[in-house]
Amino acid sequence: MHVVYPAVISALLFSVGVYGVLARRNAILVLMSVELMLNAVNLNLVAFDVWLRDQLHGGQVLTLFVIVIAAAEVGLGLAIVLAVFRTRRTVDVDRLRDLAEPDFPQPSPNGQAKVRESS
Amino acid sequence: MNFASPAFWPPTTQEIVFLLLGVIAVGSAVLVVTTRQLVHAALWLVVSFGALAGGYLVLTAEFVAWVQILIYVGAIVVLLLFGIMLTRAPIGRSADLDSGNQIAALVVGVATAGVLVSVLVAGFRHAYMPLTPGAGAAKPLGSSIFRTWVLPFEALSVLLLAALIGAIVLSRTDIRGR
Amino acid sequence: MITIAALIVLLPFLGAAGGLLLSRVGGGPISARAGVPTRAIWFAILPTAGSALLTVWLAVQAAKGDGTGAFWDSWFPAEASGQLTVVDTGAVPISVGLAVTGLSVLVGILVVVVALGVQVYSVGYLHGDSRYPSYSAFISLFTSAMLLVVYSGDLLVLYVGWEVMGLCSYLLIGHWWEEKANSRSAVKAFLVTRLGDVGFLFGIFTLGMAAKSFRISDILAAQLPTATVVTATLLLLAGVAGKSAQVPLHTWLPDAMAGPTPISALIHAATMVAAGIFIVARLYPLFLAAQPTRDVLAVSAALGMLGAALAALAQDDLKRVLAYSTISQLAYMAAALAAGSDEAAIFHLTTHGAFKALLFLCAGAVIHHVGSNLMSRMGGLRAAMPLTFVTMTIGFAALMGLPPASGFFSKDAVIAAVEHARLTDAAQLLLYASALVTVGVTGAYATRAWLRTFFGPTQVEALPEPEPGTAHVFDGREAPPSMLWPIGILAIPALALGWTSVVELDLGSAAIDLVIALLGAGVVYAFWRSAPTRDPARLLGPFYGPCARAFYLDTVYAMVFVRPVLWLAQGVVHTDATLVDGAVRGSGRATLGLSRFVRLAQNGNAQLYVTGLLAGVLLIAVGAVVLG
Repeated sequence: MHVVYPAVISALLFSVGVYGVLARRNAILVLMSVELMLNAVNLNLVAFDVWLRDQLHGGQVLTLFVIVIAAAEVGLGLAIVLAVFRTRRTVDVDRLRDLAEPDFPQPSPNGQAKVRESS
Repeated sequence: MNFASPAFWPPTTQEIVFLLLGVIAVGSAVLVVTTRQLVHAALWLVVSFGALAGGYLVLTAEFVAWVQILIYVGAIVVLLLFGIMLTRAPIGRSADLDSGNQIAALVVGVATAGVLVSVLVAGFRHAYMPLTPGAGAAKPLGSSIFRTWVLPFEALSVLLLAALIGAIVLSRTDIRGR
Repeated sequence: MITIAALIVLLPFLGAAGGLLLSRVGGGPISARAGVPTRAIWFAILPTAGSALLTVWLAVQAAKGDGTGAFWDSWFPAEASGQLTVVDTGAVPISVGLAVTGLSVLVGILVVVVALGVQVYSVGYLHGDSRYPSYSAFISLFTSAMLLVVYSGDLLVLYVGWEVMGLCSYLLIGHWWEEKANSRSAVKAFLVTRLGDVGFLFGIFTLGMAAKSFRISDILAAQLPTATVVTATLLLLAGVAGKSAQVPLHTWLPDAMAGPTPISALIHAATMVAAGIFIVARLYPLFLAAQPTRDVLAVSAALGMLGAALAALAQDDLKRVLAYSTISQLAYMAAALAAGSDEAAIFHLTTHGAFKALLFLCAGAVIHHVGSNLMSRMGGLRAAMPLTFVTMTIGFAALMGLPPASGFFSKDAVIAAVEHARLTDAAQLLLYASALVTVGVTGAYATRAWLRTFFGPTQVEALPEPEPGTAHVFDGREAPPSMLWPIGILAIPALALGWTSVVELDLGSAAIDLVIALLGAGVVYAFWRSAPTRDPARLLGPFYGPCARAFYLDTVYAMVFVRPVLWLAQGVVHTDATLVDGAVRGSGRATLGLSRFVRLAQNGNAQLYVTGLLAGVLLIAVGAVVLG
């Protein structure tokens, strides 16, 4: 079998996962997209392991590890999503804007920036 | 490792099966990231993972394929469905599953695909692997894990334990941060 | 002798420094009678008095020996010069030094006598003024600067004193700066004289470069080409016209009357305006060699003396009358210089310094008494102020040129000199005619001022509140003794200086002058007899308006020079505000706007951040693949 086939499919799968992470609003859908990306990596690992005929089966073992880590990640991720949901009543990632600066310094007429008091 | 590379055409049966499974996997993945129903996304994810497991089988990685079915389809998707339920997401069609970032996401996604595909095609155009059945069976893989990779395996179990505790701490409401 | 001269110059300077720095330190007593700090009075008067005493001593020293030439050289034949140091400039060195000549001693006496009188007089005039210490210190500084001009042996050192005088003039005119008009007058005086000084400075440069030295004695001794001399003297003439208020730079002097009256007496009548004449006399050999310069000076003087006299005839403000009369009299001195007789000019300068200072001090007493500058508010003051009346009559007589007052002799000397002038025919004719007519007009305006002030019905109104500056509440009494003493003392030289008979009296021309002056006075008197309340200036008929406005010269200057400059200034301000500041503010605003634009990415949406991150990684990967 040509190596190009699994490689290209994994690349496409990865790109779809990237799109999902960037475009989806619901946090759970974002987690699903992350899983897609992880799977793309897994496919790559398996394909190259087979191609390289690794006696130690490093690629496939690592795939197993990745699956385990993915399980742990989904468990933790969902716990975080639930915690967010409990405090915010929403899991839409584009409405969680706490990373933004709290306020914008308005230029006053004499040219000096004045930071508004934030309560 | 490099064998005489046969021509792309005509494809072997294995290749045809693999490509079909790949098309199913990619197509259902696209549906996962575009569907308007949350639960459908989870179900399309099952299809995608299943098709991938088939792909692993074709690539002679049987053990990985079964683990894929067991853990991904059996555990992770169920977890995700639980998550959907617990966040009281709407079950039917909902219009606002996509954020305003869609166009940028599309551009980045397509660009990623373009870059990766072109690089991989350029790099592995002539690589060919003959498939030997039984190379990825449970026995060789198990002996490899518990001989060579036993230390990472133990570390991973500790990681799993930490994730378990973390998930409990995060999801329980009666444990308050100090 | 040179040490004495240096002390004479330095004493008032130290007095000024002390007065400025120490007058108020630690409080100190306030003089009960003058209402100003006692220490400030001592700082004002003692150094000037010391200078006066030293000047007398210097005069005695200088009087030893024999001399020939101009009358001051025969009076004070001994000369001395000395220099402190030579400043090496790389080109022509500047010698910091003084030189005592007969002319210096003569003018120095005039300066210290008038300055001392004014310092004493100011104590009474500025009763209770809170800025008296700085005022008197500026007078001291001015005195020092003027003495530096008089005794300087080097043109650049002289220029230092010349400019300090201009500065003091500005400061003192603007003494009551609270009133907008006063500070404007100060600025006007400063700018107009500065305009002349530019020419003066370049004249000094021309002379210095040509003679390879700035020392006056070297310059006078050098054999300079005629073209250089004419250029240099014409340039110097600009400074002389500015300082001595000659046409066309005379317009600042009438406005300078906004200052306190003693300042008008000291700076703007007796000494500073005489500095221009003094400089010409000091460098007289150069001017004698420059015929075109003297022709220009003659025309300027001819226009100035008659125009200013006519303007004086139409003024209602007593001080402005005297100011225009000063311009007219200075033009007489300039005429004498143009005609080739520095003796007549300096003689007139000396007598004029005495009688014009006397007139101003008397006018100050009258103004102090009445509370107004306007003659229409005066009248009938003869009985209330007998001493002022007598002294001011002497002053006016001297101004008109009536015997036996000093002005008679000096003005006759000037006119005789003009009659025998060595000038171009047309210029001489113009100058002579103008001088004769001006004698008549001078008689007319002096008589008018005299009659309107001291005779006729009383027009005085008691003012409810003393205005800042000129006004005091009318109290019907003579001025305080500190003002009367200087008046009385100055009256003596004003009356008697002419009898020194330094210049031979030309009886024929003197008789003609006297007749013309009396004619002018007689016409005014006849008009006044017929209608005592009417202003005799109405005799001018339709010319009254132009005369009262000094022939609209200020308006013309405002239109030709001031307004374009203001427009230009506004344009510059506008350019500065919109273009230069605009660029600065605009860069700030552009930065803010750009940052606001960039900040759009910083909106807290983690997805956007990841998008950017991945896009960046992609770009790097592509770059690595393509370039690597």
